[in-house]
Amino acid sequence: MTHIPHRLEIESADIGYGDKIILHDITFSVPHGARVAVVGPNGAGKSTLFKALVGLLPLQKGRILIHGLSLGHHKDCVAYVPQREEVDWRFPVTVSDVVMMGRFDYQGWFKGASKNDKQIVEKSLAQMSMADFAARSISDLSGGQQQRVFLARALAQEPHILLMDEPFTGVDAPTQEATLKLLDDLRETQVTAMISTHDLNLAASRFDFMLLLNHRLIAFGKPSEVMKQENLAKAFGPQLTILPDGTAVVDDCCPPEENV
Amino acid sequence: MNWLLQPLTYEFMQRGLLASVIVGVLCAIMGTYVVLRGMAFLGDAMAHAILPGIAIAYLLNGNLMVGALVAALVIALSIGFFSRQGAIKEDTAIGILFAAALALGVALISTIQTYAVDLSHILFGNVLGVSSTDLWLTAGLGLLILLTVILLYKPFLIISFDPVLAATLRLPAELLRNLMLVLLALTVVVSLQTVGVGLAAAMLVTPAATAYLLTRRLAPMMIVSAILGALSSIIGLYVSYYLNIVSGSAIVLIATTFFLLAFLWKRLQSSS
Repeated sequence: MTHIPHRLEIESADIGYGDKIILHDITFSVPHGARVAVVGPNGAGKSTLFKALVGLLPLQKGRILIHGLSLGHHKDCVAYVPQREEVDWRFPVTVSDVVMMGRFDYQGWFKGASKNDKQIVEKSLAQMSMADFAARSISDLSGGQQQRVFLARALAQEPHILLMDEPFTGVDAPTQEATLKLLDDLRETQVTAMISTHDLNLAASRFDFMLLLNHRLIAFGKPSEVMKQENLAKAFGPQLTILPDGTAVVDDCCPPEENV
Repeated sequence: MNWLLQPLTYEFMQRGLLASVIVGVLCAIMGTYVVLRGMAFLGDAMAHAILPGIAIAYLLNGNLMVGALVAALVIALSIGFFSRQGAIKEDTAIGILFAAALALGVALISTIQTYAVDLSHILFGNVLGVSSTDLWLTAGLGLLILLTVILLYKPFLIISFDPVLAATLRLPAELLRNLMLVLLALTVVVSLQTVGVGLAAAMLVTPAATAYLLTRRLAPMMIVSAILGALSSIIGLYVSYYLNIVSGSAIVLIATTFFLLAFLWKRLQSSS
């Protein structure tokens, strides 16, 4: 029997900055085209995990495999949608400039945009209902629109794995809907998606897998297996409240600073 | 028309004008990255830090630009070295290096007999003293910088706008950042003759900041910045010729006037 590699495998990885290890001994694997919600309290290391997956943070131990090969072999493979606060929105670029950056790997360093690149940029913007904004400056956009521009760029990258850091935090309802719809579309094209979120109930209802994180991997599996009170209590501690109808609510009205 | 052509009958004015325009354009184009990446302090520091190189070249009767070039490259790479270690913050490293280099430069220059005059030329430029060797060196370096900026437009844009994307694309960000430092150092060296070490930072920042107010994309920002830089240099040189003031000051004051006009225009536009 031949071993079909998962899209993404992480084996006993320690991740951190220098001496400071933030994530200890993480092991899990995600199959083709799965949608994974990464859930955990603030500062649990969700962003840290993503940064390691794109190669921004080196592994202190263990390894990350994509299609059975270590990071760096698939340079066009991972697209990352950062938190909106990490971007300088006053930079002089237009919406289509930003999305075109996603085509860099297909163009190389010195060549300009091909007809195909332009079509893909247009299509990606249309898919996120941002086609009318193509020529606009990114500083003119609302928060939700900014996010959709970055989602469009991730689409233009034609990734195998898409990582989104807190895409549901502080965005309007249309953007939230557009993001969820995108997840469904991605499933059809076999793109693996990992999304970090605070929203336990959203994670449980709209994703194939949940990954519960608090400096260690607490649980990974189908939402029904992960959403057990003991797991949630381990991850969130006193922040967690279970309502009488069984809904889990995380109290993060005054979340501490993400220590990343 | 005569008042425009009359100064150009002097060969040193022709050379001065050519050098000023090249410098104006180069500073303005590198300046867009200085403004967008928040490197204004670095540009200023770099300008002051090349002083010892110039002083040593002067004492050895060598070419001042060559001395500046060597000093600039040393400084650019050592800033990268000190801040990469992470022992101290980058702006602290820049502050220490630049003050030390400036002090060394002044110490060396103070051993020169006629140092008051020479120092003022080094600090504020001596555009009318541009030799034809200097002009060739300026043009050569200018072409090199311009070609690099054009060739590496896309990777420079990506590492400046979105370092995270640069990492996912596996761009050699560290190498590109160091290359940008070297280009900045070369630009500062080229600008020595026209505006001097004291005012090089102004030519890096002011036209680019003006262009930032007037444009919405990087390439147009570079072009507008270059035009403003060239215009400031030309107008400044004429002002310097007719009012008999130091050329570097005149050029920088014209560039500042453009900035103030753009700022006011922007204000009026947004309030109406």
